[in-house]
Amino acid sequence: MMTTQTELEKDRGLFVTGCEAAARAVLVAKPSVIAAYPITPQTEIVEKLSRFIGEERHDCQYIAVESEHSALAACIGASSCGARTFTATSSHGLLYMAEMVHWAAIGRLPIVMANANRALGSGWNIWADHLDSLSMRDSGWLQFYTSTVQEVYDTILIAFRAAENEDVMLPAMVCLDGFLLTHINQPLHLIDEKRYQEEFLDEIRIPHALNFDAPHTLGTLVVPTDNYKIQHNRKVSMDLVKDVIKDAEAEFLRLFGREYHPVMEYRTDNAEVLIVAMGTLAKEAEDAIDMLRFRGVKAGLLQLRQFRPFPDEIVDIISGSKAEKVVIIDRDYSGGCGGIIAQEIKARLYDAGVMREIVNVIAGLGGQDITAEDITKMVEIEGGEFWWGI
Amino acid sequence: MIAREVEDRYGFGTNTVNREEYLLKGNSSCPGCTAMLAIRHILKAAGPDTFVLVSACCAVVCEGISPNTCMALPTLDTAFACTAAMASGVRAAVRERGINVIAIAGDGGTVDIGVQALSGAIERNTDFLYVCYDNEAYGNTGMQRSGSTPFGASTTTTPFGKKEDKKDIAAIISAHNIPYMATACPSYPMDLQRKVKRALSIEGPKFLHVLTPCPPGWRISTEKAIEIGKLAVGSCSFFLYETENRSFSMSKPSLDAMKNPIPVKDYLRVQGRFSRMSEEDIEITQRKVDANIAYYREAFGL
Repeated sequence: MMTTQTELEKDRGLFVTGCEAAARAVLVAKPSVIAAYPITPQTEIVEKLSRFIGEERHDCQYIAVESEHSALAACIGASSCGARTFTATSSHGLLYMAEMVHWAAIGRLPIVMANANRALGSGWNIWADHLDSLSMRDSGWLQFYTSTVQEVYDTILIAFRAAENEDVMLPAMVCLDGFLLTHINQPLHLIDEKRYQEEFLDEIRIPHALNFDAPHTLGTLVVPTDNYKIQHNRKVSMDLVKDVIKDAEAEFLRLFGREYHPVMEYRTDNAEVLIVAMGTLAKEAEDAIDMLRFRGVKAGLLQLRQFRPFPDEIVDIISGSKAEKVVIIDRDYSGGCGGIIAQEIKARLYDAGVMREIVNVIAGLGGQDITAEDITKMVEIEGGEFWWGI
Repeated sequence: MIAREVEDRYGFGTNTVNREEYLLKGNSSCPGCTAMLAIRHILKAAGPDTFVLVSACCAVVCEGISPNTCMALPTLDTAFACTAAMASGVRAAVRERGINVIAIAGDGGTVDIGVQALSGAIERNTDFLYVCYDNEAYGNTGMQRSGSTPFGASTTTTPFGKKEDKKDIAAIISAHNIPYMATACPSYPMDLQRKVKRALSIEGPKFLHVLTPCPPGWRISTEKAIEIGKLAVGSCSFFLYETENRSFSMSKPSLDAMKNPIPVKDYLRVQGRFSRMSEEDIEITQRKVDANIAYYREAFGL
């Protein structure tokens, strides 16, 4: 038997996997349509959700589709009729639905998706790697990367609000590292559901949803000048959403007491070297920072929690710090061009006229184990691209 | 019931045509397009409480240029492969029983790229009507062969005639134990409308396969499009029938045609796309048609 939420609250927390945390967050946000297809290591999210729905803890249509392409297509169909929707996928699943990923963003549909970051084949590998979701970075989805089970839960709750803001109307992807987060049990503190539903997340209202009062067609031919305007409107929303997310994070702190920012700083005071990491590597890096500080190295950490829109403040943080060296860890590699996070940060530093020694460490690909001790050694690497463990 | 008998007997209804238009004039279809004609009849039969999905196909282009549309009903244009899956999503969001969900796709979007999503939606018992309008090629991209292109037809990717047979989508759909499926042709508009109404009265997935002669693609003159549809049925190259809960019923025009079928040659030789067929190829096609007639006679005692 499942314990009720109230009983759980009395226990002041749970000890669950990232997948279960994702499912529990979705349950709080109450989408009316969920469509998904199983793929390791995401599957537990939709297993949990179908069980919750089966137990009638939530009035929702669960569509067990026959592919990921259809999963997102079904969400798009439902969202086009004004429904709050959710899906979850990973790796090959995300790339199989790639056409629909773009379609959802261009169609301005605030679908929320959890993506369990996993490596791509050929050569099957089910372990953590960021290239799956980063290869969707240009699609126009909001992208968040989480480092703890609690953060998975909270970020999904925040993502619904940001995506559904009327000035935004963009889909949001919340990423969690395959196995390192999807299958790891950590403490989870639930929020007051009622408070979330009454004070944090409004009833969904998609202004362009299909209806009988003023029948219209979504998706007819668009001539070049209009297509250009549509894309520009999306840019405007992408700019606006930066403040919408910050506002949602501030409100989340006020109502539920946990603090999030697009870039999370850890012991950056007087830092002489900064490490930038995303996903669970950032949590591992916190330990590395503690070890380095203990050894007398003034190191600090920037956890990149939000990748799209890219948080500009990372430039201010770097330029405002004393750090001469920035070590950027990429759990991804863009063929022939280096780590994706490093490329983006370097481009922005150039725009701002900020020069620092940048070390781009490619590490953790395909689930390569990276320990805190490993990360402490990364600060010793000289500038340029470095493949950890080669 | 009387109306049904009259319809069955004479192929037209009595005062049953909805005078409202849901597919408006001024759309950008080619002259003589029977696909848009079929959609016009389908929407008239469905009535105003209908959500429509239109796949990537000729019909989506015919809707016109954004923000204009020829569709007077709420309409969602879909990506090529996912029409039926999007329909599952629409139905999940719009659960009221009185509201119809109709997904419209061409033959390529149905028998080729969309067949997986369609199979999934039917298996999930999505309460919707899926319409495949079949112009027997990828019309929108300029008449390339599809799985639904018949043997002998020249297309831009089978310039010397297709060597393979048309995919039997009806058999594929039928294997899903679908509650209702039917074939139709806008040359028989009342038959088409009746089948749409019948389909929409049934809960669960429904499939309608509509043969839609395409003047530019089939290389026929525009005023012949309706006549060619009748030749397709009259020669038993295309059968009109319906299946409700596995109970098969051949429609009147095809029942009549089976008694005294027009030679297939008369259907093929009037179309430019079959101009490369040899007499032998036509003989082969005739034998296949004869075998189909014999099958229906035997299987259903017609």
